[in-house]
Amino acid sequence: MISLAGRDILHSWPKFVLTGIGLGLLIGVTLSMAGIYRGMVDDAKALLNNSGADIWVVQQETQGPYAESSSLRDDVYRALLALPGVSRAANVTYLTMQVRLDNTDVRAMVVGFEPGQPGEPSYLIAGRHITRSHYEAVADVKTGFQLGDTIRIRRHDYRVVGLTRRMVSSGGDPMVFIPLKDAQEAQFLKDNDAILNERARTTANPSLNRPGVPGLLDAILAAQNANHNVNAVLVQIAPGIESEQVASEIRRWKHLQAFTRAQMEEILVSKLIATSAKQIGMFLVILAIVSAAIVAFIIYTMTLGKIREIAVLKLIGTRNRTIAGMILQQAMGLGLIGFMVGKTAATLWAPFFPKFVLLEPGDAVRGFIVVMLICALSSTLAIRVALRVDPATAIGG
Amino acid sequence: MKGFGIHIEGLRKRYGEGDTAVDALKNVNMTVAPGEVVGLIGPSGSGKSTLLKCLGAVIEPTAGRMTLGDEVIFEDSWKIPDLRALRRDRIGFVFQAPYLIPFLDVTDNVALLPMLAGKPNGEARKRANELLDALDVGHRAKANPSQLSGGEQQRVAIARALANQPPVILADEPTAPLDSERALSVVRILNDMAQQFRTAIIVVTHDEKIIPTFKRIYHIRDGKTFEEQGLGAA
Repeated sequence: MISLAGRDILHSWPKFVLTGIGLGLLIGVTLSMAGIYRGMVDDAKALLNNSGADIWVVQQETQGPYAESSSLRDDVYRALLALPGVSRAANVTYLTMQVRLDNTDVRAMVVGFEPGQPGEPSYLIAGRHITRSHYEAVADVKTGFQLGDTIRIRRHDYRVVGLTRRMVSSGGDPMVFIPLKDAQEAQFLKDNDAILNERARTTANPSLNRPGVPGLLDAILAAQNANHNVNAVLVQIAPGIESEQVASEIRRWKHLQAFTRAQMEEILVSKLIATSAKQIGMFLVILAIVSAAIVAFIIYTMTLGKIREIAVLKLIGTRNRTIAGMILQQAMGLGLIGFMVGKTAATLWAPFFPKFVLLEPGDAVRGFIVVMLICALSSTLAIRVALRVDPATAIGG
Repeated sequence: MKGFGIHIEGLRKRYGEGDTAVDALKNVNMTVAPGEVVGLIGPSGSGKSTLLKCLGAVIEPTAGRMTLGDEVIFEDSWKIPDLRALRRDRIGFVFQAPYLIPFLDVTDNVALLPMLAGKPNGEARKRANELLDALDVGHRAKANPSQLSGGEQQRVAIARALANQPPVILADEPTAPLDSERALSVVRILNDMAQQFRTAIIVVTHDEKIIPTFKRIYHIRDGKTFEEQGLGAA
């Protein structure tokens, strides 16, 4: 038996191809939306992987440092190093800001880290690691910075000495790594006018500037201008030790919040990007409904255009299932063309998105199955119409 | 083939019930022998289409008896369980317009019926090509229907009707869109095919050009048939 659907598609292939391209672009948008969500999840995981930590220690009763702000004294790490099972602990700061290069600025997450400690970029694609204590930076290539560029962070200039890749915040902003001390200053140090103003206020306060207590005012002023805060301490644990065991010790004895890798992943994926994920999910649902409506409408109108032929086919003894199969196969054919166009389009335009778009093969397979199901469901309307065609309409009168 | 091509006795068809009931066919009697072509003529609303639909097993008559070949197919109810198979295998249809399937080439338009009946594709196409050659359109076998002239399309439609070697062909105004020469050519073909394949052919027509060619004519008026000798018998 010949394939009626195949012959019809071959006969009117320009119509099918053009319709398939239109549908395919819609499917491409749908796949890209899924890719954007996957990219967000991957960014979050990349952030955790790149930090090199087993445990994130943050301010008590916060979910920092990525989902909430967190502030710790920078000597906390010493106490953590003394805990059993902790092999390394290092301070880090995270600050999302506009980093200037000449007259342009780039949104980036500025990471303060201690060279050779957790938090350092794990690999470079060009240049070298930071070796000086100040004013050197390693930047992710997505910032667009080049080796040797001079970038401005707050009041200081930094020279880009290394480039790295896939070092992004959970929001997809590329990272710029600078020495911890510089980062603390960038995040916590007030501007000069504010410092002068604060000094004047302190000096004018009689309870802080007592005539009979020499050195008190100087000590207070020094404390006000010092930067001894960090956002988190990244902890690496010794091999064979359960990270949850160490984390619970930190929570209990150090009065700090400690998250294991699994807990931090839960915060990033389930909480931080949850709203975005729901937003994308809504888009996916709407796009699926729109795609289904389009396929249903196209197949329905195509079927209406063949009512006479269908009546003749029924009159000459064609089984209902052959006619239903013809319409179903055409819908599936349209879906197949649409999916191929959509997958190709999504793959081609994904690199041009400002944020990472991760097109996973598994999503493509699931997308293909969903497209085929939508096409099959959408064809039911046309099949109902075709099966209701009275073969008598082929005979005049 | 033994017996009648098709034989109809006391066929009735009523639409609706009660006060709104309409008797479209009141008492239709008709016999067409194998190899014979008869005309069925009548004014609009006389019941031609209803009769054609009853003969084509598309609608169910209210009462009467229909015999196809040696088999009673209707006697107050259908005696054949699968009417679709009946239409496919034992009744050929030729319409006013050819209604060829536009996305199949000429060969496959004809071969479709044997294929639907379960014949292998090769055998069905062989049969189709033989018929197309017999109807002098074999040279257009690979063409699409849209590439054929009106007369060629109608000959392909006749080949399709003959594809499963049915004992009866119902032709509904088959010459309506054709000029005189082509209309007479189609009638000649129908006669030749009826003779060659021992098929009973009923041609419903208004076409004055072809009415004189029939040896026997059935007039239908107010749901009743009247037989008369045609000029074609002379």
